[in-house]
Amino acid sequence: MNLFTSTIGQPNAVSIAFFFVFVAATLVITWFAAKKSKTASDFYAAGRSVTGFQNGLALAGDYMSAASFLGIAGLVALKGYDGLIYSIGFLVGWPLIMFLIAEPLRNLGKYTFADVVAYRLRQKPIRIAAASGSLMTICFYLIAQMVGSGSLVNLMFGLPYELAVAIVGVVMILYVLFGGMLATTWVQIIKAVLLLGGASVMVGMVLAKFGFDPSALFSAAAEKYGQKMLEPGGLVSNPWDALSLGIALMFGTAGLPHILMRFYTVPDAEQARKSVFYATGFISYFYILTFIIGFGAMVLVGQDVITKFDKGGNMSALLLAEVTGGTMFLGFIAAVAFATILAVVAGLTLAGAASFSHDLYVNVFKNGRATEEEEVKMAKRSTLVLGLVAMGLGIAFKGQNVAFMVGLAFAIAASGNFPALLLSILWRGMSTFGATAAIVTGSVLAVGLIIISPTVWVSVLGFKQAIFPWSNPALISMPAAFFAGWLGSVLVPEPEAKARYEEQKIRNYLGVGVE
Amino acid sequence: MQPHSIDQNEFKDLVRKKWSVSLSMTALMLVIYFGFILLLAFNKHVLAQKIGEHMTLGIPIGLAVILSACVMTGLYVRWANTSYDRSVKSILDHMKG
Repeated sequence: MNLFTSTIGQPNAVSIAFFFVFVAATLVITWFAAKKSKTASDFYAAGRSVTGFQNGLALAGDYMSAASFLGIAGLVALKGYDGLIYSIGFLVGWPLIMFLIAEPLRNLGKYTFADVVAYRLRQKPIRIAAASGSLMTICFYLIAQMVGSGSLVNLMFGLPYELAVAIVGVVMILYVLFGGMLATTWVQIIKAVLLLGGASVMVGMVLAKFGFDPSALFSAAAEKYGQKMLEPGGLVSNPWDALSLGIALMFGTAGLPHILMRFYTVPDAEQARKSVFYATGFISYFYILTFIIGFGAMVLVGQDVITKFDKGGNMSALLLAEVTGGTMFLGFIAAVAFATILAVVAGLTLAGAASFSHDLYVNVFKNGRATEEEEVKMAKRSTLVLGLVAMGLGIAFKGQNVAFMVGLAFAIAASGNFPALLLSILWRGMSTFGATAAIVTGSVLAVGLIIISPTVWVSVLGFKQAIFPWSNPALISMPAAFFAGWLGSVLVPEPEAKARYEEQKIRNYLGVGVE
Repeated sequence: MQPHSIDQNEFKDLVRKKWSVSLSMTALMLVIYFGFILLLAFNKHVLAQKIGEHMTLGIPIGLAVILSACVMTGLYVRWANTSYDRSVKSILDHMKG
């Protein structure tokens, strides 16, 4: 199959049209949402009016980034079975969110997960620590998305990198600034439906070529590239590294601020649970599709063609779209991928703005005594600043390998955010000092170890030998954060916090006093 | 509503039941996932075994891990939205007296 005449890299009329339709439609929604978005609860939490099903789609939308769509499809197309390992890792955090934190989060918090950690502790130290953890996670995730979007759009449409970053930044700022969480939620829902629909159609067309028998597709892959494509290969060579990555992916999901923030958009714990169930279902389905898309690209496009366009295989899904559905379908999938970046970046920015305004401005600088108008105003200003910062970072990091930033975001989320959150829900003895120690230890250790690990020390800084041998630090930094939380609470106990645990429990389990 | 108006035994039961369900499901998920990762890390050839002409055991096992995550979240929602919420309602009714 000769595909060197692919139109990827040239401005594609169909995809530009689709993209404009998407942006126009979502901006109309933003305009409607803007009229409804007045209070802080509207801005951060869509007025708690989102249903479980809608929020499930929105959660899936927040989670299914272009990186996981294009990146995992590419990984499967080039490495076969190993791509599935990543999909599984990205998925299995969801049940934990459900079993451990969905209800307490909805019942105890208002806008950010720091609400839960700070519930019975002294506000200032917790808010500062938790906001730093959130903002660090968001920043690294944001850089990865922005750099990814620039190079992706550059590859797909032939638009200049900087222009692509600017378009993403400006449209995202418009969504968040004017429409707040309501608009962001609907952008996520539309994007999730388009992504799931587009991927389903693509899988249908691939399977049609193999008589709707997936094993025929796998056999074709094995015959073309060898049986090793269907076996686990070299991606996880060091067992401890594999375990550490597994921990980061699993617990990191349960500590991502933009994901946790979505639990405040639903009215109660029941809807919060339902939304996790729907999200888990959509994401599972999506990763299974991605697996088939990857194998489809391997067989129908061919690995040599894929690597010609991009060494990392990121163009596999798009090339497959062109092979199965022609330029029209390529245009559609390319536009969906672009929309995906836009939506994820909007979700991240909103979470960052909430953390900045609600945690730092209101609860630290204003001692909790800001009016709602002041808070929303500050949230909007932070949105603007964060959007500009995101564009700046996206341009500054041009051409960098950003894979480690996603790893870093997950490692900080798993080590800096998740232990403090879980301990404050489950453990009566948690003190302000302990919680702060957990957050600081987890995030500092995660960042520090990543810097001296092969991902930064060797790949970015160019040293020969890494000081820390694993590519992910979670196996050390997450237990260390739990230990620091325990030790800090034992060394500096807080009787008032203990006394308030009963009250927290009643609200946590019975939902009494929830907004 | 004051905390002391709660039937403490009923409440303690609720909390105990909630965590026995939550923690055992968490443990099961950890066993499934890390079982898979450890198999991958230490005993790769099990997953590489052929179960058809080309098909390997790893593919259905991988898909089963994904499905298990879905099924378990589904079971938890069903339990929580019926049994758990019913107990919560009963406690709240008693509190109102």
